[in-house]
Amino acid sequence: MIRAPARQPGQALRRHRLTARGRRQAHGWLFVLPSLALVTVFFLVPLGLMGWMSLNDWGLVGEARPVGLDNYSTLFADQRFVDALLFSIRFAVLVVPLIMLVGFGLGALVTSQRRGVAIFRSIYFLPLVIGYAAASYIWLWLFNGQIGLANKVLTDLGVISVPLQWFADPMLGFIAASSLVIWKTVGFSMVLFMGGLQSVPQDLRDAASVDGASRWQMLRYVTLPLMRNTTALVFVFAAISCLLVFEPFFILTKGGPGTSTVGVVQWIFGTSFYAFRLGYGAAASIVLLVLLLTFTSIQVRAFLRD
Amino acid sequence: MTSRRTARVRGAAWYGTSFVLAVIFLFPLMAVLITVFKTPAEAVAVPPTYLPSVISFDNFAALWSAGAGLPRYLANSAFVSTGTVLLTVVLATTAGYGIARIRFRGADAVFLLLLTPMMVPLQALLTALYAVLVRIGLSDNLIGLVLIYTVSILPFSVFVMRNAFADIPREIEEAAWVDGCGVLRSLLQVALPLAWPGIATVALFAFFTSWNEFLAALIMLTSDAHYTVPLLLQNITIGKLGSINWGMLQVGILVTTLPCVVVFLLLQRYYVRGLLAGGVKG
Repeated sequence: MIRAPARQPGQALRRHRLTARGRRQAHGWLFVLPSLALVTVFFLVPLGLMGWMSLNDWGLVGEARPVGLDNYSTLFADQRFVDALLFSIRFAVLVVPLIMLVGFGLGALVTSQRRGVAIFRSIYFLPLVIGYAAASYIWLWLFNGQIGLANKVLTDLGVISVPLQWFADPMLGFIAASSLVIWKTVGFSMVLFMGGLQSVPQDLRDAASVDGASRWQMLRYVTLPLMRNTTALVFVFAAISCLLVFEPFFILTKGGPGTSTVGVVQWIFGTSFYAFRLGYGAAASIVLLVLLLTFTSIQVRAFLRD
Repeated sequence: MTSRRTARVRGAAWYGTSFVLAVIFLFPLMAVLITVFKTPAEAVAVPPTYLPSVISFDNFAALWSAGAGLPRYLANSAFVSTGTVLLTVVLATTAGYGIARIRFRGADAVFLLLLTPMMVPLQALLTALYAVLVRIGLSDNLIGLVLIYTVSILPFSVFVMRNAFADIPREIEEAAWVDGCGVLRSLLQVALPLAWPGIATVALFAFFTSWNEFLAALIMLTSDAHYTVPLLLQNITIGKLGSINWGMLQVGILVTTLPCVVVFLLLQRYYVRGLLAGGVKG
């Protein structure tokens, strides 16, 4: 006879434990499955499709025609695309430092313990929850050459004597759009800088001030070096939002005069959905994506760090 | 004596600077809030007036019946926002709980995969998303918008919820498990009540994003009856509803921004704190 019974209790126990662990595994997958499914259908599939589309002559109707890397080689010879890409980069180069500077200034201002500081903090942050479209339409009206309040205020303050036609001039349009982007996004930089400033240990500041450091030296040698991560993060967020700037120029200057203020997102939008060259638009999207990858990957790494 | 005077001067300078900046920041919104009450004629006066000479509600009446009617556009926006908030909260909560609490094999890889949409901003994916939505019959459909908004904010939301659950002491939940509580019940009855600041952050972020989004809606929605509120603004200005009616546009802007301002003022504590938790640890 086989003497099995002695082992049975242990086996049963082990099987029970395995099933418990197995059930746990299954539960885990069950919990993440809906999110995985949605990310697959509305992110991974379109991402793959975009790569495929970029290798095709892909219109709104009719068969797609494989063209290899033609879309890409055409793209870099296409002066309009290069101009749009350069415009977005130029916008970022000029506006990102402003967002960082103003954001740091506001952050330092609202790190104060004074009474009422919370109200000011909320006011500076408020534009962030307003949409870019709504904000752009406010600016479209404020900076209108005839009925806009910007000209009126500037005239009453004695800054200008003749009403300006803001959107008829590339430079003035650029200034109007920049002021909009700064107004709308700087609250986020402020909050990040505020968090960074509060994380600088007070005893380090005390030690530096005992050593006779001036306010400037304190900033230069104590505060800023300790806020390197915060500064990098503000830079990344500002750079991404500036490179992707769309509504301000689409709504305010409509890309004009001419095509002088068409950014890369607006170019892709026009190519894909006005000219219906979806393959060509997909190739440009891939180029934009690669350009942004440097910044977005830093963002993801920051999220993974803790 | 001198130092006290210096402190007072500094205080005055701080309040002066803060106040001037506050005026600048609030000016655009205040200007809209005042202009909506001008008559349609005064709204286009050259040069413009600062304050309305008479209080008029004509602009409200005009917008109410514009195009498919303001109630239609508001209902569309409300549907998209509610759908996005609910779907995002449910998905981020379950996924965040699964990753943080049920340590299943592959949880780290799943987390990484769910974060990847963050590397590709919505604007860079729209051309292909349009093709996908057309293929599955969800273009020009509000549900299609809900789905793409949800995916675009899911990485941040999963991140927030994972952290919210990870911050709950393990012992509390283990006690529930010992008491014979199933995974789902311990999530709903034990973990969820403790994680609600995270849920508030996620819900607010989903609301602001979906209520305000413009470009994807512009691409996906083609029939006027499906338009969301930001597209109504565009409709007013491109003269689809006749020549540009500036007074009506002001009311449109007010209607678009007011829900966000109110929600923010009521719940800002959770929103700002949540954003900071997502950002500053970097």
